[in-house]
Amino acid sequence: MANKRMLRTAVTMAVAVVVLVALWEGYKWVGDQTGGTWPGTTVDLPVTSNDITMPHVGDIAGELFDDIRAGRQTMPMTLYLAKKAAVTFLEATIGFTLGVVVGMGLAVLMLRWRFAERGLLPWINVSQTVPLIALAPIVVTWARLQGYPDMFGIALISTYLTFFPVAVSGLRGLQSPDVDHVELMRSYAAPWWATLVKLRLPAARAYLFPAFKLAATLSVVGAIVGEISIGTKTGLGRAILDFAQRYAVWPERLYASVIAAAALGLFVFGLVNGAEWLVMRRSRQVAG
Amino acid sequence: MNATSDIAVVVDGVHKVFGGGGADDVTALAGIDLAVAPGEFVSLIGPSGCGKSTLLRLIGDLLEPTAGTVTVFAKPAHQARLDQDYGMVFQHPGLFDWRSVAANIELPLELHDWSKADRSARSAAMLELVRLEEFGGHYPRQLSGGMQQRVSIARALSFEPRLLLMDEPFGALDEMTREHMQGELLRIWRETETTVVFVTHSIPEATFLSNRVVVLSPRPGRISSVVEVDLGDRTDDTREDPEFFRVATEVREALRAVEAGE
Repeated sequence: MANKRMLRTAVTMAVAVVVLVALWEGYKWVGDQTGGTWPGTTVDLPVTSNDITMPHVGDIAGELFDDIRAGRQTMPMTLYLAKKAAVTFLEATIGFTLGVVVGMGLAVLMLRWRFAERGLLPWINVSQTVPLIALAPIVVTWARLQGYPDMFGIALISTYLTFFPVAVSGLRGLQSPDVDHVELMRSYAAPWWATLVKLRLPAARAYLFPAFKLAATLSVVGAIVGEISIGTKTGLGRAILDFAQRYAVWPERLYASVIAAAALGLFVFGLVNGAEWLVMRRSRQVAG
Repeated sequence: MNATSDIAVVVDGVHKVFGGGGADDVTALAGIDLAVAPGEFVSLIGPSGCGKSTLLRLIGDLLEPTAGTVTVFAKPAHQARLDQDYGMVFQHPGLFDWRSVAANIELPLELHDWSKADRSARSAAMLELVRLEEFGGHYPRQLSGGMQQRVSIARALSFEPRLLLMDEPFGALDEMTREHMQGELLRIWRETETTVVFVTHSIPEATFLSNRVVVLSPRPGRISSVVEVDLGDRTDDTREDPEFFRVATEVREALRAVEAGE
């Protein structure tokens, strides 16, 4: 039952949040009582529990609903962050879409030609060891020289992260059908593309959706890192950068922006989950 | 009509060697000659490793012979596959989980660009043939193994191929289901007048189903003997018929001779 499971997930998540808040505040309380050491010892706690390093949860939540001045306007922090998040969301969506297209393209290429798999797969793996921070200015400079808006450059950085899980899991999924199934298609004299569309792609769905979920959250990470490394004027990355610079005086704001980033990640994850539910509905009906 | 067009399958001097020509090469089949008449039901039986599945795959052009030729309805096996002259049933039903039963049966028709109306008419007729009328909208995982295998047979017959190639199709079924399926297969065979080449390692199965039982010996696979079967119109009572036992014994002794000759 889908509803029951969704309810259970929601309850579990709520409980996890409550536990996290309790641990956070409990830790602060212990720190306050002992003056920053483990209870009954003189050993320092790993993180100082003062209100700068660890603001009260209530203060962070309060900050979300406090006003912030943005240019000449004043608006609640939630709205401010939502506006920034919308920009990041758009970049991440473009990055995710491109990543899926590139990843699937590579997977099909590697499926079709063994030498492509031998030649490409190691490089696809190596690609993810290049630090994004180093790559970002190159990509953005290139995009600017081509006359593309910064948003596109940022989306490309996001693509760089998202194509990877799609390509690797996509290839595994496309190669997943049994020999029996492949032989069956051969017995029908089915052309290569028909085997791809009627057999390999449907069989790959079980591998692709987990990859899409990973790619969706990575697309947000990629967009934010892209924003930060090229210093855009807007987006969540900008907010995080601004608030980080004033962390010592106003830590709640940085925490608020981190919460916004997490919320955006959760949101895109939820979108892919919903898509999976729609697409896999029939097979789930069967399994249930 | 020339002589070979009266013959459904002709296997002529076929050798099959697996491997790239090195010392590890395995000769799966050596010097196989076999002819199957239209409408005939021929079983291939032999111990494991005798190459019976390999021979079936050679007829279906899923493998190519190292030497010799395979002719199906007076055409090279390759052309017969392109022309879709045969349907194939494997040991595992091999249905696509994400397709309904009807959509599974329609898969080959889709690949042959049948119209939607023709496809659903045919899958309905096929479901009737295998007596699963009410299950078109079900999904494979909702069906028992025997039912799935019947869908697989319906799928293989959906485009009315003249030849049905079956590779131990009832091997994974329990004995009672198996006997029931054998009866069903014979009924379908009579109704459709299809030629059948059937791989099995079960003596009663080969005896009950076939016009002819071809006994293969292993390493390398050769035809060691051929047992003619004439049980007339077979029913469940045939299984207790003295003639059935006599033929089964003949097949058993042929198989024993094969094992002893190793």
